[in-house]
Amino acid sequence: MTGMSGKVSSEGVRTYKCRSIVKGAGKVSGEAIVSRGAMCFYLCDPQTGTVIERNHPIQGRSIAGKILVLESGKGSSVVQVDGFYQLWTKGALPGAIILREAEPVIVSAAVVVGTTMVDRVEGDVYELIHDGDFVEVDADAEEIRVGTDMLPLLKHGTPDKSS
Amino acid sequence: MYLTDEEKRILDGERGEGGRKAMELLVALGKTFDAEKLIPVTRTHVALSGQEGDTYWCELLVNGGATCKVPPSTNPSWDVENLTKLYEVTPEERELGVRTIDVYRRIGAKLTFNCAPGLGSNAPLFGEHVAFSESSATPYVNAVLGARSNRESSVSALAAAVIGKTPLYGFHLPQNRHGEFFVSVDAELNEPYDWGLLGYYVGRFAGSRIPVLSFRNLPRKPRPEEFLYFGAEAATSGAVAMYHFAGITPEAPTIEAAFGNKRIPEAELTVRSDDLAEQEATLSVANASGAINLVMLGCPQYSYDQLLETERLMEGRSVHSETAFWILTSVDTAELAARSGMRGRLEALGVRLAVDTCIDEPCWKSFEGGLGVTDSPKCAYYRERRGQPFVIRRLSECVNAAIRGKV
Repeated sequence: MTGMSGKVSSEGVRTYKCRSIVKGAGKVSGEAIVSRGAMCFYLCDPQTGTVIERNHPIQGRSIAGKILVLESGKGSSVVQVDGFYQLWTKGALPGAIILREAEPVIVSAAVVVGTTMVDRVEGDVYELIHDGDFVEVDADAEEIRVGTDMLPLLKHGTPDKSS
Repeated sequence: MYLTDEEKRILDGERGEGGRKAMELLVALGKTFDAEKLIPVTRTHVALSGQEGDTYWCELLVNGGATCKVPPSTNPSWDVENLTKLYEVTPEERELGVRTIDVYRRIGAKLTFNCAPGLGSNAPLFGEHVAFSESSATPYVNAVLGARSNRESSVSALAAAVIGKTPLYGFHLPQNRHGEFFVSVDAELNEPYDWGLLGYYVGRFAGSRIPVLSFRNLPRKPRPEEFLYFGAEAATSGAVAMYHFAGITPEAPTIEAAFGNKRIPEAELTVRSDDLAEQEATLSVANASGAINLVMLGCPQYSYDQLLETERLMEGRSVHSETAFWILTSVDTAELAARSGMRGRLEALGVRLAVDTCIDEPCWKSFEGGLGVTDSPKCAYYRERRGQPFVIRRLSECVNAAIRGKV
């Protein structure tokens, strides 16, 4: 699988199929942050969503409100669920999570707080999505849409919003 | 993933938001593992932790109208009523403790507060499909009892309890229960502590794989507590949820059977007494010595026989005045010990029993800053995270440390 998969619109928005695991809000968009490593959400500052795990690929950066592209989850279920919960109470969770590899604990944690979560994107997400891209995760349609600029994505979203 | 019409209706919220969320979790897990469908479970065990996120999940379900179809037994939290008379906690910690017990009561859990359900309070039979969380309970019911459980989290086990089902994947499928690597053991294994060391050692190499252990010169079969300690530690250093002891555990009448009658691999590990001695030496992160303020036993919770053994080793001597000696146990065991006279005799020596209580709870924080002694690597691992170093020693040495007030 390569970055050549998916469909490209005239405005440069690329659309890829994915699988919905947790619907959450259904459709969520935002700026991408890409973590080439698994995460334990307990090791985030709940006030800001900043990753505080030492030597983590995105240490020092905030995941709050972002579309988080993530390798997988790690850590025991108790701390992962509590990590999601603490971030959720402070409004510092990512808007949606795109997983390369689903595992039970992170999936359970996302259901508890209702975070939109998808996996099995057609193609390698690390090639398709980069830091700062604008991404819309549509768990209902099981699609993600990627653009370098937010505008086409918003336009794309217009017909759905009126329905 | 196939869902029946009834399951789909629950997922659409027909039984309220609580049922919908519980079903959503089971379906999400099923998808993650490509489960074909959901299957009924006959027992569940929830490792309630008293952490806020965990308690919130139970509140979300029960406030959404859910109750448990298969009432789960539960892990201990802590004995708020009695331990707050002795030890200080913050009002928030106390409130969360009360809230946790209350919400599990409301959802219809069987409040056993016992982390070793397989030894009595919720013991499945061979072949039963169950959903057990608590990392030490899952290997026990799988390997020792031959029941079928995945390594559940407290949230997924509670969802299974509410719906009465679990996705069909992992250890529920016979082909996933076979051994994945071979361990040859020729070591002295005399008491639960030794089996715990062996479990810790094997778990380091296992990851989440299924070990098959073959023993040489084993004088007798392991006792229930010894299986429990093996699994508890293998699930602490690794993620072991299933294992086989050749010629001992029910799905391993022979080494061949343990490997599903496939080719037996070369032994990846050979374990001797020296290896366990070395493991013991490196385990004790606190290789400190000196005054101790706490001896803590019962992670997993002590059985009646372990209490008897502790009393025997005390030999009528009293615990040092500067040291607290706590043994964590279940309410049934404490009651039996009380009516048999043992609890009174232990207390007269300064050995106290705490019921309904886990080592990893805020009630123990007054001991932080001092040195503790335990026979459980798992206890040391969790307490160290909270700020109290523990020296790990076998029971007889723990008892001597308690009497001398130092290690």
